[in-house]
Amino acid sequence: MEEVIMGEMDLVMVNWARAQFILTAMYHWLFVPITLGLSILLAFFESLYVRTGKEEWKHITKFWMTLFGINFAIGVATGIILEFQFGTNWSNYSWMVGDIFGAPLAIEGIFAFFLEATFFAVMFFGWERTTKGFHLFSTWMVAIGSNLSALWILVANGWMQYPVGMAFNPESARFEMQNFWEVLFSPVAISKFTHATSSSFVVGALFVITISSYYLLKKRHVEMAKKSIIVASVFGLLSSIFTAFTGDESAYSNSQYQPMKLAAYEGLYEGSKGADIVALGILTSGKKVGDGQDPFAFEISIPKGLSLMAKRELNAFVPGIQDLIYGNETEGIMSVAEKMEKGKAAIADLASMHVAKKAGDEAATGAAIERFRVNQDYLGFGYLVTPEEAVPPVATTYYSFHVMVYLGSFFILLILLYLYYSFKNTLEDKKWLLVLGVSSFFLAMIASQLGWVVAEVGRQPWAIQNLLPVKMATTNIEAGHVQTSFAIFFVLFAILLIAEIKIMLKQIKIGPEGA
Amino acid sequence: MIGNLDLVILQHIWWTICSVVGALFLFLTFVQGGQTLLWQVAKTDREKAFVINSLGRKWELTFTTLVLFGGALFAAFPKFYATSFGGAYWVWLLILFTFIIQAVSYEFRMKPSNLLGAKTYEVFLFINGSVGILLIGAAVGTFFTGSNFTLNDSNQVTWTHPLRGLEAAFSLFNLSLGMFLVFNARVLGSMYLVNNINFYKVPEFEARIRKSCLINFLCALPFLLYVIVSLLLMDGYGTDAQGVVSIVESKYLGNLLALPWVLGLLVVGLFLVLLGVTRTSLARSTTGIWFGSLGTVLVGLAVFFTAGFNGTPFYPSKVDLQSSLTIYNASSSHYTLTAMTYVALFIPLVLAYIAYVWRQMDSKKIGSTDIEDSKAY
Repeated sequence: MEEVIMGEMDLVMVNWARAQFILTAMYHWLFVPITLGLSILLAFFESLYVRTGKEEWKHITKFWMTLFGINFAIGVATGIILEFQFGTNWSNYSWMVGDIFGAPLAIEGIFAFFLEATFFAVMFFGWERTTKGFHLFSTWMVAIGSNLSALWILVANGWMQYPVGMAFNPESARFEMQNFWEVLFSPVAISKFTHATSSSFVVGALFVITISSYYLLKKRHVEMAKKSIIVASVFGLLSSIFTAFTGDESAYSNSQYQPMKLAAYEGLYEGSKGADIVALGILTSGKKVGDGQDPFAFEISIPKGLSLMAKRELNAFVPGIQDLIYGNETEGIMSVAEKMEKGKAAIADLASMHVAKKAGDEAATGAAIERFRVNQDYLGFGYLVTPEEAVPPVATTYYSFHVMVYLGSFFILLILLYLYYSFKNTLEDKKWLLVLGVSSFFLAMIASQLGWVVAEVGRQPWAIQNLLPVKMATTNIEAGHVQTSFAIFFVLFAILLIAEIKIMLKQIKIGPEGA
Repeated sequence: MIGNLDLVILQHIWWTICSVVGALFLFLTFVQGGQTLLWQVAKTDREKAFVINSLGRKWELTFTTLVLFGGALFAAFPKFYATSFGGAYWVWLLILFTFIIQAVSYEFRMKPSNLLGAKTYEVFLFINGSVGILLIGAAVGTFFTGSNFTLNDSNQVTWTHPLRGLEAAFSLFNLSLGMFLVFNARVLGSMYLVNNINFYKVPEFEARIRKSCLINFLCALPFLLYVIVSLLLMDGYGTDAQGVVSIVESKYLGNLLALPWVLGLLVVGLFLVLLGVTRTSLARSTTGIWFGSLGTVLVGLAVFFTAGFNGTPFYPSKVDLQSSLTIYNASSSHYTLTAMTYVALFIPLVLAYIAYVWRQMDSKKIGSTDIEDSKAY
């Protein structure tokens, strides 16, 4: 790694590679949550059809299936990009973690994608070709396959956030897997999976509610819309409550494994015992870590709330950004400056190991490896230029998190109202609620995207937590190539998105008669 | 149990698994081949609908197999993934683009308000079937002709050619392999369509497809011959027991002679493809696809085995021989290969349910009701 010590990295390229990842991942995530949630709703609708034998449920299933298909195609198209991109733009990363990271991607292919692809054809074209029972089974398999693929990709993502079950091999300069089960059952992977899927179920439910509310407002397809709303609301309510729980679980897991992320999205600069949680607040603009300014221009806090959420204890100490950067001896937190020293020592030991190995000096090679082992946990810090580099963009993380939480709470309330008025059978008259309902899918999409912003921006500068900064993870390639591919993706995505939205709106206009 | 196997055995197992997935992908390119036949064999919108709806029930499996091929290489040979995808940047990105536009085209083509019009989506399908497959062939060709890269102590890749991978398409050998794959995909596409569509009342449509099978096979032949003759004559890359890579005279001929069963796969595979062509074009049979697909898989296996076994670097570097990738120096660790081998035990189960579903879905051929259905593509 001696060739690529800081300063030689092409930061322009790194930033374009980041931009491309942001573009492609967020674009992909426009379609994924709909697939995850709507696939399960399709299975519910069809189960109702098979159980009751009523044609109207089949009709409803087929209508939502048409919209599902349009969304699914573009979801598939954009998913493959991410897999390729790890290799094309992040080849250093791919080499360093391929031994661990490749496995879940391959397993995702074997266990999930084939399930989806095979049974998708039955679900769409098998109504007349298979039995009712086998068709229903296929619809469930598509739902299970989609959500299984989410499991494996989130296992991979969870590992980047909390690298477990591995060891660094200095001779090959890569991380190698030591325990598959630790990777799979990593607490971070589990909380990411449950939170990402349950929140996607909410998105799927609100997708149905939005379109059905539009029909109710227009007084078209009223019976179908009302039935769809009831199923989607029950599913949406359970999912949104579960999302709140898994969100809380994620915050607890952050406090254990990624305290900097927690501090950033809570806007907590100075840690304390019995820390308050900011329920509503505006950050002081231009605030920098260590400048002594009050982080908030305005705030409403709940006393001891943060300690309770993060540590499950009212008076527990929650470290702030400053504690994590400059250290806190009383709480036993090492400063980033000290970690950087250790990281630099680890990098130097790797370099001397290579020199000794080339010279054929086995004793010196072994000694260098032994010295490296002492500091290996701080490897990534050795590439930082200043301690402050370890602070993620606080404002982006903070606002994304808070807006996500407000929206999540709003969805619970909204769906409760939908259920209440549905059971009173007066939903159609509540115009104001239906208008809110029409907007709900778009808000849900915003919340869902912001969730990823919190998860990924909040863990900057790391590609692998504490071990590999993003700037060291890229391919050795001139920025021009990445800019060009970015431009192609951008144009292609814009065209396909417009096409997708136009087709979707047209199908909604045509309504279930066309299904 | 698997954990007791030597690393070398696991490396061979995983090169075999990757080869099987790659070879299955080559068979499944009948979808891409069929896409390029669209304008040629289908003269009316109705005939087009038959072709698209027949292929439309299978395209995702081809796509998924490609994704799995990438995933399996990433998991088992991460150094290849990092070196080739990061290095030969543009060849992979162009392949990727052709698959992105494919994935939306079936669904969007006939939908009202689709922005670009049916014709554009048909062009997308054609590009995927032609440019996409050609470039995949060119990329596979570099397994024999080599690429332009060096690796440093930390295994980071530096690509030494300014075209970043596109230079692969400027080698006659790579290009010929690509052209062969394009025409072979069209041969397979014809065989598949003959098997999958109910041609009741449209005999001339069937005749056109059967004829195209033969014509495309004849077009494929010169490229195939050039590839085979070059492969047997060319110098190749070899690695010795210490892992030192050198140029070896007639390396690939040597591999086929040293591994006669691989030669057997190649010969039997080509014979089966030929048999499939005769059954489709010269007889009235609909079973040509069975022979053509098995034949293609065997030929694919022979190609990948020749590239990777018998002490052969499967991803050689022309500019720095010692940077070349072999199945030994590019693989994952013993632990990961073991874990993944356990996972791979489930592959037969996956193949079994795919086969079962295909049987269910294909027991009745694609007919008028299918293309008139509201879910039709």
